Amino acid sequence: MKLGLLYSRIRTGEKLLLTELRDRGHEVVKLDVRRTTFGVDDGAAASVETSGASTTETTGKGAAESTGETTDGSSGGTDDGTTDTLSTGDAAATLSDCDLVLDRCLATSRSLYTTQFAAAYDLPVVNTPDTARVCADKVETSLALSAAGVPTPETRVAFDTDSALDAVESLGYPCVLKPVVGSWGRLLAKLEGRAAAEAVLEHKSTLGHYEHDVFYVQEFVEKPGRDLRVLVLGEEPVAAMARSGDHWVTNAKRGAETSAFELDDRAATLASEAATAVGGGLLGVDLMETGDGYTVHEVNHTVEFEALAEATDVDVAATVVDWLEAQATAEDGDAETDTEVTATV
Amino acid sequence: MTEADCVECGATLTLHDDYEIGEIVDCTTCGVELEVLDTEPPVLDEAPELAEDWGE
Repeated sequence: MKLGLLYSRIRTGEKLLLTELRDRGHEVVKLDVRRTTFGVDDGAAASVETSGASTTETTGKGAAESTGETTDGSSGGTDDGTTDTLSTGDAAATLSDCDLVLDRCLATSRSLYTTQFAAAYDLPVVNTPDTARVCADKVETSLALSAAGVPTPETRVAFDTDSALDAVESLGYPCVLKPVVGSWGRLLAKLEGRAAAEAVLEHKSTLGHYEHDVFYVQEFVEKPGRDLRVLVLGEEPVAAMARSGDHWVTNAKRGAETSAFELDDRAATLASEAATAVGGGLLGVDLMETGDGYTVHEVNHTVEFEALAEATDVDVAATVVDWLEAQATAEDGDAETDTEVTATV
Repeated sequence: MTEADCVECGATLTLHDDYEIGEIVDCTTCGVELEVLDTEPPVLDEAPELAEDWGE
């Protein structure tokens, strides 16, 4: 498999995936989206001649054993046959013959656009732009979950501080104010009373970016000191962990303790349904226990899994790469079928 | 083992064998995050600051 990796930062998760991909002999095209351009007219890029500068970076047993680099786009390699290509030029040309593109961009804005470009270049991309769009915006996620009948915390959205205060008062205290785009538990506000609500709403309205004038207000769920993260591949839950802490935000990035969690049938079903609701893919579904069931409060489309890999016995990187291989094979099969149909017609 | 200098404090870092372009390494002396811009030889620079839309 030749896999295009959209990235801007090689984190532990990306490193785990890269190691697994290389160990299996797959070719990886690393595309640093900060150093690449994406042409809007490159949709027919399958036949575009390679014009972007690229270098090969030998990998596998380590850069210390590298045998050198080429700058003419020709293939370099290592003793074990694995080769990475680093693109510094034109995205369409560089990715044109990839079997699959994997979005691991750290920045949501880049993720949203680059997946659209990959799709426009007729490349299979994980996750799809539609899934990325729905997951990247909490309003879109909530609408998708609600439409699919997936239990999710009661949520109201307002576009003005006065109406936002009405939303807060209708939900009652405490309630939670969240940015519609954001992660790692940043800028969440638990509103304990009207004075705090007024202050936070005023602060948000003066922050400057229009997204802070989209007020996403959610009921506060009394969870048992933890929430759950479920890694879903396609629509199948493959690993889960509990994230526990004294703080009401139990995010691994905020220092929550993590431990393996055995999904019961209900939680597994909900995780699957939530993934389906946002379009499926490589996803991290977050649930909270409500005492008599679960509620899904978030679905992440560039899911990080280093904490999950440490907390569970599941070989997460291997499981993900298994799934990526299956996606590439499925796409290849679809392409062959399309060709046959075209030929018949 | 490959060594490189921290661009912030000048301390010598020891990079693990499979370091690669795009990877983030921490300077154990000053704590700054550094991004690997190139290999053979290693080129490091300060990693970008956290942006509002970073995350999952």
